[in-house]
Amino acid sequence: MALRKPPLYDVYAADATFTGFGGWDMPVEFESIRAEHEAVRDSVGLFDVSHMGEIVVSGSDATALMQRLTSNDVEALSPGESQYSAITDESGVIVDDTIVYRLPEAEDRYLFVPNAGHDEAAYRRWVDHRDEWGLDCEVRNETDAWAMVAVQGPDAAETVDRATDADVAPLSWGDVIEAEVGGVRSFVSRTGYTGEDGFEILCPTDEAEPVWSAFAADCTPCGLGSRDTLRTEMGFLLSGQDFDPDAEPRNPYEAGIGWTVALDTDFVGRDALATVADAGVEETFVGLVLRERGIARHGHEIVADGDVVGHVTSGTMSPTLGEPIALGYVPTSLSEPGTELSIAVRGQEKRAEIVPTPFIEDN
Amino acid sequence: MFEVPTDRKYQESHEYATTDGETATVGITDFAQDELGDVVFVELPEVGEEITQGEEFGVVESIKAVSDLYAPISGTVTAVNEDLFDRPELVNEEPYGDGWMLEVEVADDAAFDELLSADEYREQTE
Repeated sequence: MALRKPPLYDVYAADATFTGFGGWDMPVEFESIRAEHEAVRDSVGLFDVSHMGEIVVSGSDATALMQRLTSNDVEALSPGESQYSAITDESGVIVDDTIVYRLPEAEDRYLFVPNAGHDEAAYRRWVDHRDEWGLDCEVRNETDAWAMVAVQGPDAAETVDRATDADVAPLSWGDVIEAEVGGVRSFVSRTGYTGEDGFEILCPTDEAEPVWSAFAADCTPCGLGSRDTLRTEMGFLLSGQDFDPDAEPRNPYEAGIGWTVALDTDFVGRDALATVADAGVEETFVGLVLRERGIARHGHEIVADGDVVGHVTSGTMSPTLGEPIALGYVPTSLSEPGTELSIAVRGQEKRAEIVPTPFIEDN
Repeated sequence: MFEVPTDRKYQESHEYATTDGETATVGITDFAQDELGDVVFVELPEVGEEITQGEEFGVVESIKAVSDLYAPISGTVTAVNEDLFDRPELVNEEPYGDGWMLEVEVADDAAFDELLSADEYREQTE
């Protein structure tokens, strides 16, 4: 099947190298992953994240449907706020992670963002459950209608402020407003996945170019390569890699996002997760640093006293630390920071140590 | 346009070797370093080890990818560029200069005949 091209593809195609990701042909790198990573940590970077899905749920039972299909407490959101959440199956396994926006200027209108390539499955899941439960709301897969760019870094607020007709300084994390960006009516939210201050801008697909252009002169264009090193430094999960209902079935407690689970709400997977919350988890998502030369990568075994106890789900050289870092699951008894383990890097055991995440100071 | 100096020979898998007689210098090409992106780790054999033409002799890793290195010629490793252990970015900055990887005492000079000329290699990368 042909890869889907993001609407901004032609705008930057000459300057980027591309990779297939979640069914999309996305820029992996412009000049240099390291330079793009550093731009986001030190100043401001611009990402095209139009590969993310957009599902819009509206109507009188929209809140009820969102509440029953996501793990966090949707009723805690006022219009103009968003939250990170998990979508779990009956057994409590994470199917996807997502940001749920309760859109401004409407009581019962939500937009949530499934991961790349998950939009159709999420749409089906929402429609099927709505029909099964007889709820009154409309569900639309608007992935093709929305482009999304992310402006991330310590200079993001002033950069976005210059490009909009709104004052974004007072926004707290997760706040979402409607504003004009480069003359285009957009949703602007103070969210992101880099660990830096930042904003994500949702605009109509056919008006993506003026939105991108409103930032391009002030920002370093960034690809998915630096997005991956940035999120790994924060210990943030990557769908399909750090969790996956088939290849890496994990519940939110194992995956370190137990804080997204509101057990006092009624959602698919709630009962299974209540049992896990009582019993505790046998395996835990941890950060590791290699203490010998080498780079740990997805799939490498984690070893304790000669026994394989887990495997790396994400690993890279941290551009910020200049050290090889890794994420993976280990038995909870071995998850304390300071625990010495090893990672079999292409079959050769290298000394490693559990460290707290984020790997870097959280901004 | 990538640099393809004419004073050396090339392998399809993007390694080069100089052809000055007894000792060869081995590294990866400008094209290869650009494809890899920011190089962050290089694993190389030790001095005294034998490498065999066409077989793996090490690994180069960039932030985004891991690539095996294939020996362009056979011989005994006489020097390893240890600067790359602390500054792997030299492979990006000067692939034909300070980013060299190995010096090798060549077992059979005729092996160079099997490698690509600069023109042939350039054609392959275009």
